[in-house]
Amino acid sequence: MTTQSDTIEISGIKKSFGTNTVLHDISLTVSGGEVLALMGANGAGKSTLVKILSGVYDADGGSIAVNGEPCTLDTPQQARDSGIVTVHQIINDGVVQDLTIAENLILDQLCDGRFPAFMSKSVLHERAREVAATIGIDLPLDTQVADLSQADKQLVAIARALSVKPRLLILDEPTSSLSEREALRLFEAVEHMRDQGVAIMYISHRMSDIRRLADRIAALREGRIVGLFEKPLDYDGAVHSMLGHAVGEVMHAYKAGDQARMVFDQVKLAEDSRAFDLELKTGQIVALTGLLSSGCATVVECLFGMQAFAGGRVTLDGTDWRVKSPREAIDAGVYMVQEDRGNNAIIPDFSIENNTSLPFLKSFSWFSFINREREKARVKEAIDLTRVKYTDPTHEMMTLSGGNQQKVMVARWMLENCRVLLLNEPFQGVDISSRRQIGKLLRETAQDRVTIAVCTDVEEALEIADRVIVFNHNNLVGDHRIDQIDMATLIKQIAAAPDADLPSSSSAPAQATELHA
Amino acid sequence: MTNFRDQAIKYGLLVLLAAMIVFFSIAQPAFLSMINVFIILQSVSIVAILALGVTATLAVNGFDLSIGSTAAFSMMMASYVMIVFDGGTTAAILTALGVGVLVGLVNGFMTVQMRVPDLLATLGMMFLLLGLQLIPTQGRSIAAGMSLSGGETAPGKFTEAFLFLGRARLFDIIPVPVVIMLVLAVITYLFLERTRHGRVMYAIGSNERAAHLAGARVKFYRYLAYVMSGVYSSIGGILLAARIGRGDVSSGNSLLMDGVAAALIGFAVLGAARPNAQGSAIGALLVGVLLNGLTMMNTPYYTQDFIKGLVLVAALMFTFGLSKKRA
Repeated sequence: MTTQSDTIEISGIKKSFGTNTVLHDISLTVSGGEVLALMGANGAGKSTLVKILSGVYDADGGSIAVNGEPCTLDTPQQARDSGIVTVHQIINDGVVQDLTIAENLILDQLCDGRFPAFMSKSVLHERAREVAATIGIDLPLDTQVADLSQADKQLVAIARALSVKPRLLILDEPTSSLSEREALRLFEAVEHMRDQGVAIMYISHRMSDIRRLADRIAALREGRIVGLFEKPLDYDGAVHSMLGHAVGEVMHAYKAGDQARMVFDQVKLAEDSRAFDLELKTGQIVALTGLLSSGCATVVECLFGMQAFAGGRVTLDGTDWRVKSPREAIDAGVYMVQEDRGNNAIIPDFSIENNTSLPFLKSFSWFSFINREREKARVKEAIDLTRVKYTDPTHEMMTLSGGNQQKVMVARWMLENCRVLLLNEPFQGVDISSRRQIGKLLRETAQDRVTIAVCTDVEEALEIADRVIVFNHNNLVGDHRIDQIDMATLIKQIAAAPDADLPSSSSAPAQATELHA
Repeated sequence: MTNFRDQAIKYGLLVLLAAMIVFFSIAQPAFLSMINVFIILQSVSIVAILALGVTATLAVNGFDLSIGSTAAFSMMMASYVMIVFDGGTTAAILTALGVGVLVGLVNGFMTVQMRVPDLLATLGMMFLLLGLQLIPTQGRSIAAGMSLSGGETAPGKFTEAFLFLGRARLFDIIPVPVVIMLVLAVITYLFLERTRHGRVMYAIGSNERAAHLAGARVKFYRYLAYVMSGVYSSIGGILLAARIGRGDVSSGNSLLMDGVAAALIGFAVLGAARPNAQGSAIGALLVGVLLNGLTMMNTPYYTQDFIKGLVLVAALMFTFGLSKKRA
């Protein structure tokens, strides 16, 4: 590939939905060979801008030019023809699950007729290998995409997008479902593309991604570009302008908790893993952290009756805790906010209101007849508590932004008091300000329950937890008090190879405030 | 413009129904006579009951293709109990309802436990029942005084009480099947729209995994939906047997298509874009009005299926093509 030096100019883009103006006069320039990071809180207009650039929405005003030549982006096809390629946040939109990796990689060729009608497997694989090489995918090409991990699906989607040799590559939250190690592979691929002269617009909430990749940062707030940062980059400044107010000190006081409510006795997550003991107290928020498939998710899923521990026993308030289904867990006062809310939590045909009330319909029903007045009142209380921004609770969930959808999912489990609240990746696809609000709410309401949150992202874990427990390959390898945490040890425990000698699990006292610098 | 579209989606089908009624009553004044109105209602009542059953399975994102054959099999079983065993009204009705429950449980077992896709499982059940209904009588219809395989004459007959269900009219005007249909429509409406059980069924239909993780007993509700569908179909079968007064091997043939069509047309009623009880009843009515009106205007009978298909296709395009949800 020859080095390109394209310039994509976006000028004066406007977009309104009804009376609601989402984008006012957006102007940006991206050049080949650089990564422009676009930061913005939820509802800032990022997704709308991406949809305009990828030809899904029509802008109400403004123009887009590639190398000075104006281009029309009325359909996704036109956008692709102009060299603007988007990899969307929802991975499953970018891949066809039932096809193999090879077929996915050359899907565009298959669809537009560039590929001969009778395809031989060797030609197919040969062409697919070329595409795979662009970002170094090293997987058996015969594998069905449905069998891949999220990260590998993501890479396939990106490779597929790159197979058309884009001028501008838009990556929308590409690391939101990746572990740190998996994200590294993605970063390498992005840097590889940049070095080949592609202009990249990188949309993310994760500071670590932005620190690693960004050459320039644009901060978007309320439909306007409120800050453009060139090198040397002022990351704090970018976050400040994105949020519109100073980023407060997020450190909170350590709470020791009250009574030991949940006790793990020689519990094993997998047949070949080490057994562990654990005592969790009410009033304390415990964050489980570790890379993807480290076992954190297994812990909460077992507690919620979605699967069973490989060994040992758990007691809750002194009695054996053994549930075979979410229904049993909920009835006994153990609730869970699921990861990947689109698949695991949201009922797409239901309104905000009916989504919230779903698990607890019984409590406002009379002989199964739902008392709608009570439902409305209780739901309103809950979604106001979690500060959902809504216009009408009878609207569909899809009218809300990601952060607000998650607040509804939290509200769902705040309708009734629980003994144990489990959260699996509660900040997935949630903007920073919503994340702060949810975190604050969790801390304020934690008093009478055990709270266990799985956060792959260490920063998220530090933001809400009193106690951080690290898992690595189904073994418990670290247990830290938030006020005595030693980052170096923590990171070592997270990243260690499974058979390596791990440092002891107690933490040395250290200045935790440094972590947020 | 968008407002007009919203209104069109919401009320289009009802306006169409009203327009048809106005047109037919101008063209044929007898159309709106009390007698004809109840003839229409009587003609759609069995189809509407089957449609209500299918609605329950559609609500949990299932599909019951065995409704027609369940109705036919129930009809044969009720007739058999009455004619061959001389078992009386109650036994006949209970046997038929038992058939419905059993079919529903087997459909539930196939889809829930065996994980057979709904369409395939119920298609299999359809064939099974269509074949099974022929076996006890060696393929013949059942009527009073029929000769049995041993040479003797069947002892029983259709009782007055049983025939009452299909032929009597309340206050000399409202046919009993219409009353039963209306009662079932109201019950189904209340169940699906007003109770938590109905709400959970819709939740399962929309996102089964999310519903399960929010505590819904998915398996139970899927069984429930198929048992509802089976029981409604047998009620339809009982009414059919009571109306024609014999166990006719071929009279259940069009029930499946008509019932499914009514339920699918129902998606378009009031812009629901989902299975719903009132829609299914109105869908059945719409087809009934159209066929009755066209018959009065001397349209040949052999065009009926074509016209039904036309209405169904139009209603489906209406639901899925115009709805914003799918845009």
